[in-house]
Amino acid sequence: MTNIQKSNSLNFECETGNYHTFCPIGCVSWLYQKIENSFFLVIGTKTCGYFLQNALGVMIFAEPRYAMAELEEADVSAQLNDYTELKRLCYQIQQTQNPSVIVWIGTCTTEIIKMDLEGIAPKLEQELGIPIIVARANGLDYAFTQGEDTVLAALAYRCPDAEIDSDEPQLVLFGSVSDSICTQLSLELKKHEITVNGWLPSRNYSDLPKLSKNTFVSGVNPFLSRTATILMRRRKCRFICAPFPIGPDGTLAWIQKICSVFNKKPINLEQTAQKVWATLADFVTFIEGKSVFFMGDNLLEISLARFFLRCGMIVYEIGIPYLDKRYQSAELDLLRLTCQEKGVPFPRIVEKPDSYNQIQRIRELSPDLVITGMAHANPLEARNITTKWSVEFTFAQIHGFNSARDILEIVTRPLRRNINLQTDILSTNSFVQEAGDFALTM
Amino acid sequence: MKLAYWMYAGPAHIGTLRVASSFKNVHAIMHAPLGDDYFNVLRSMLERSRDFTPVTTSIVDRHVLAKGSQVKVVENTIKKAKADFPDLVLLTPTCTSSILQEDLTNFVEQAKNTISTDVLLADVNHYRVNEFQAADRTLEQIIKYYLEKEQKKNTLQTKKTETPSVNLFGFCTLGFHTNHDFRELKRILNDLDIKILNVFPENATVHNIKSIPSAWFNIIPYREQGLLCGEYLKQHFNMPYVSRTPMGALETSKWIQDIKKIITTQTNNITAKSLALKNWEKNKKDYSLYIEEQTRFFSQSSWFSKSIDCQNLTGKKVVVFGDVTHAVAMTKILVKEMGVFVVCAGTYCKHDGDWFREQLQGYCREFIITDDFNEVNKIIAHYEPAAIFGTQMERHSGKKLGIPCGVISAPVHIQNFPLGYRPFFGYEGANQIADLIYNSFTLGMEDHLLEIFGGHDTSFSNSNKLDTPTIDSSLTWDKESLAELQNIPGFVRGKVKRRVEKFALQENVTLITREILYAAKNSA
Repeated sequence: MTNIQKSNSLNFECETGNYHTFCPIGCVSWLYQKIENSFFLVIGTKTCGYFLQNALGVMIFAEPRYAMAELEEADVSAQLNDYTELKRLCYQIQQTQNPSVIVWIGTCTTEIIKMDLEGIAPKLEQELGIPIIVARANGLDYAFTQGEDTVLAALAYRCPDAEIDSDEPQLVLFGSVSDSICTQLSLELKKHEITVNGWLPSRNYSDLPKLSKNTFVSGVNPFLSRTATILMRRRKCRFICAPFPIGPDGTLAWIQKICSVFNKKPINLEQTAQKVWATLADFVTFIEGKSVFFMGDNLLEISLARFFLRCGMIVYEIGIPYLDKRYQSAELDLLRLTCQEKGVPFPRIVEKPDSYNQIQRIRELSPDLVITGMAHANPLEARNITTKWSVEFTFAQIHGFNSARDILEIVTRPLRRNINLQTDILSTNSFVQEAGDFALTM
Repeated sequence: MKLAYWMYAGPAHIGTLRVASSFKNVHAIMHAPLGDDYFNVLRSMLERSRDFTPVTTSIVDRHVLAKGSQVKVVENTIKKAKADFPDLVLLTPTCTSSILQEDLTNFVEQAKNTISTDVLLADVNHYRVNEFQAADRTLEQIIKYYLEKEQKKNTLQTKKTETPSVNLFGFCTLGFHTNHDFRELKRILNDLDIKILNVFPENATVHNIKSIPSAWFNIIPYREQGLLCGEYLKQHFNMPYVSRTPMGALETSKWIQDIKKIITTQTNNITAKSLALKNWEKNKKDYSLYIEEQTRFFSQSSWFSKSIDCQNLTGKKVVVFGDVTHAVAMTKILVKEMGVFVVCAGTYCKHDGDWFREQLQGYCREFIITDDFNEVNKIIAHYEPAAIFGTQMERHSGKKLGIPCGVISAPVHIQNFPLGYRPFFGYEGANQIADLIYNSFTLGMEDHLLEIFGGHDTSFSNSNKLDTPTIDSSLTWDKESLAELQNIPGFVRGKVKRRVEKFALQENVTLITREILYAAKNSA
């Protein structure tokens, strides 16, 4: 134990990057719902389309405001002109859907054939009279949720300038969360007399927040480092580096940090957090001492691990696709502090993990719970390793005080299921035993 | 470029992976960017596979774009060969890797120099073939590779088995009810005392391939995958094949007759009959008797189509859409076995459109050969059939239009990977299909009865709200005509409404009265 107390720094490893995650174009699925009256055009191949179609499940049948611009052989071999082709499709979209903004999602193929989307967009924008945003959310550079980062970074350029005369510091939050979470987080800050002046993304493209050098920005999601960089460098905003409002501990630290920047004294904040913890007591008792292994695929891993550590779980490994140590520095500090306060060893943080190696480690450690993608979940369950599929954390509401219970609900579900099943009917012995008991009582 | 919202057939590499991962101890390495290994999710979720899908990715990232992926691909192949000892590593290109135009053949050669595992490069063009064509091609490629290899080693088993035997092709992972179909065919072949030598690719190993030529003939029940193998084996090993789909009582009977024909010719050709064959011939089931027994008593479907229940189906309009195998078989069943009127039959297998038309000549009024779901949707909306038999997509189109749909073909969702025994092939399959057809229609019929006796939708009569939107905003219905419309049973109300509105537009009338309504009715 003393050893742990002494070493004051986290250890970071990096593996081969042969791991499973969703393609970043998957962000279309939640962003088209968030930004009303937008239309997302994914410029890619059948492979991209097939992924979206299967990943989005039933959403695809709800006439979504997205489509594929499917590249054909003639596009790839430059027998067709990109500009005229895109113009034709965007005109068609404009006629049938009439969106107020079209977002082009660049893919691996547009990268490799070097299609000049950024060059074509402004020309078409003028000709068609509709804003066209370009985001390169491809699998060559990014993983899953980072897709949102590329879109928000592109949107950050389009935010209007704030009036210079106001010296009043403004607060703009960035990260796509449901409207209800937006309201809850805004109300939470309002309790401490802090007004949220806008959100990136906004519900409507026309309501993008105003930005200036007096604007403070804070991210609510751990995968938005590119957006943060653009807001700081291009829009001269001031970045508040805080842990993310995931879990009551994260929410508390996030509000404290914003309060300190705005020189406000938090009002009853600690008490609020304590009340939330009190409501979680049953779940916390349940997971205390249980071990968890993150295979890593959506960049929420550090924040979730930090929250679970605070709940008393043991975290063996935090796999993560990409870790921006500057953007996540406050979150990493809180993780370190949480480990020290709980007196547990620092978890191993593995960037670009290798699934094959991870499965060997899972076999050795046999953790109580593995948080993983759907490719590995059923095979691990078949090997008696309890899993929770990670994508659920991306689609569920996990931000703020009120969502803490939902996170624990998700993470305890597989463990509770195991208890409810009582006997593992797959193990022949217990099944025979049960059947025998049953026969005796007849 | 093409604006696309939905596709019926997946990209080529999915076909290749379906074949590769069906084999035992074959590992596929995809040359693809991060996130393209979505196949593993499909297999793990839809098939609820207990095993790790034997597919890994050699990731194409920025560094690969700069330096080429040679070292990485070769390393990954060798690593996999040493870790899991597969019989074969199949390097699978994706759409991304095919535009990189790297010399993957060369990487395969390099890997081969280091390891003794067989390494193959899947030979498919991403921009020209779809999932099904690629699956067909990959299966042929693997079979051919091992047959040639065994031929060189002189270990090929060409001696025919003493009694009739068969290889089955085309059963692979993520196929529509393929496991159940296989069990049913196995039962029938077992009844006929025909030995199943091999099944490809599901659960086969590459070592099985060398015994292919010792079978008497091949069976290829799915049009989409296996035909290339069948042709190859016919040309090089003089093996006949049965490519009929044994779906529906009639086609299953014909399928058995096809088999009978082959076996009779072959036994007649054998001059020196072994004792085993003589015994086999002596104890052989009378095929015609077997067909009759099965059709009359095992399968309930032929009695069902004669029973009075089925009278209600006579002349009912349906639209059929799916892959060629299932759409063709289903249309034949509906028309010949159930007396249903197939107003339009279609397929998304555009590459096989000619065969589709040829098969269904005279079975339906119209063909639709397209991979655009909107076109199919339009056809359905236009005909307003009493039921649809299609894919997951048609199920949703049907939902929107209030038309019941039976799912008969991929693409399908998880509910079409049932745990229970649900074959589409053979005599039990005929039972299952009869249920499927009947249930689709009765749902419509029940709805109709409920409407007539006012069983639900009581709120409707109290409001002027109409359940289908008006086709032109200039049109208004007066009180009386609206009341009249409400008297029309719900399941045709939308249709009647649209017809009246079209008539009104034609006649340049904007206010629809009872007179217009009846005039429209009489005009038809």
